[in-house]
Amino acid sequence: MSADHHHTDESHGSYRSYIIGFLLSVVLTAIPFWVVLGEPDISLGWALAIIFVLGAAQIMVHIHYFLHVTVKAEGGWQAMSLIFSVMLLVIVLSGSLWIMFHLDENMMPAHEQIERVRNLP
Amino acid sequence: MATTDQSYAADEPYEFYIEPGAHGSDEHHEPGTMLGFWLYLMSDCLIFGILFAVYAVLGTNYAAGPSPADLFEIEAILLSTVFLLLSSITYGFAVINMQQRNQGGMTVWLLVTLAFGLGFLFMELREFSHLWHIGAGPGASAFLSSFWLLVGTHGLHVTFGCIWLVVLLIQVQMHGLTPANTRRTLCLSLFWHFLDLIWIGVFSFVYLTGVLL
Repeated sequence: MSADHHHTDESHGSYRSYIIGFLLSVVLTAIPFWVVLGEPDISLGWALAIIFVLGAAQIMVHIHYFLHVTVKAEGGWQAMSLIFSVMLLVIVLSGSLWIMFHLDENMMPAHEQIERVRNLP
Repeated sequence: MATTDQSYAADEPYEFYIEPGAHGSDEHHEPGTMLGFWLYLMSDCLIFGILFAVYAVLGTNYAAGPSPADLFEIEAILLSTVFLLLSSITYGFAVINMQQRNQGGMTVWLLVTLAFGLGFLFMELREFSHLWHIGAGPGASAFLSSFWLLVGTHGLHVTFGCIWLVVLLIQVQMHGLTPANTRRTLCLSLFWHFLDLIWIGVFSFVYLTGVLL
């Protein structure tokens, strides 16, 4: 391995890094599925938190161990474009959800609310 | 006018391009192609991000139809996930074999990767045909429209990845590990690992979260 290390691009990984990434992914996949299939005694909020945090962690593992994104690769443009895309994704996702779930903020009050106000003592 | 252009070019030594020698001594590494393919993947990432946003907005509008808990078989999704994860690591082994100039080992690992990819596609088609036959097609509700769109787009990507893999195997058999074939293998490597990454979002957000809610 180390003999041909000088002419292989280091950013494309070794058996060791692929296996580390794979084992981490297995753990990070198994726990969320266990949360759903094993029906452990935890609240819905905790279950969702586990699924989302471990999913995000596994995405980071894949970016590092499988996609081999480094700060220095391609003169920094690879990491830069990734950060830019993540920024756009955060804006699109959070913006869409924020707008779509607050569409009723400026609506006329519903019929029941009018009735409730009318019947106030 | 012409003089100002020239002086601008002379006065500004700003280099807004990738230097050919910036990647080290990798002779089979054409400058620019990998970065260009990476940029394509980032634009693909935005497509998936928008589809995830659509699903996040519409995913609970069942229109009195079935909900995720009625439809999804998590055991089958777990098997699909295992297939895709295994295909990721076997592709990694193929790339390592390629870098050691071991064409036989590379071919074997690529064939294993193809088998896992086809296994994933088989599971997905099985699920889709099941949903279609019980009347849960993309027209049944907003939830199912966005579900079919998101998961179907990912499945189409995997399909084209498999086609690319077959073409690549033929190319490697015909021409060996030429610089062009090495470059293609590395591009498909990025594509394949990227699809696995998107699948993490799909199984976490669509399947596991959907069944819990």
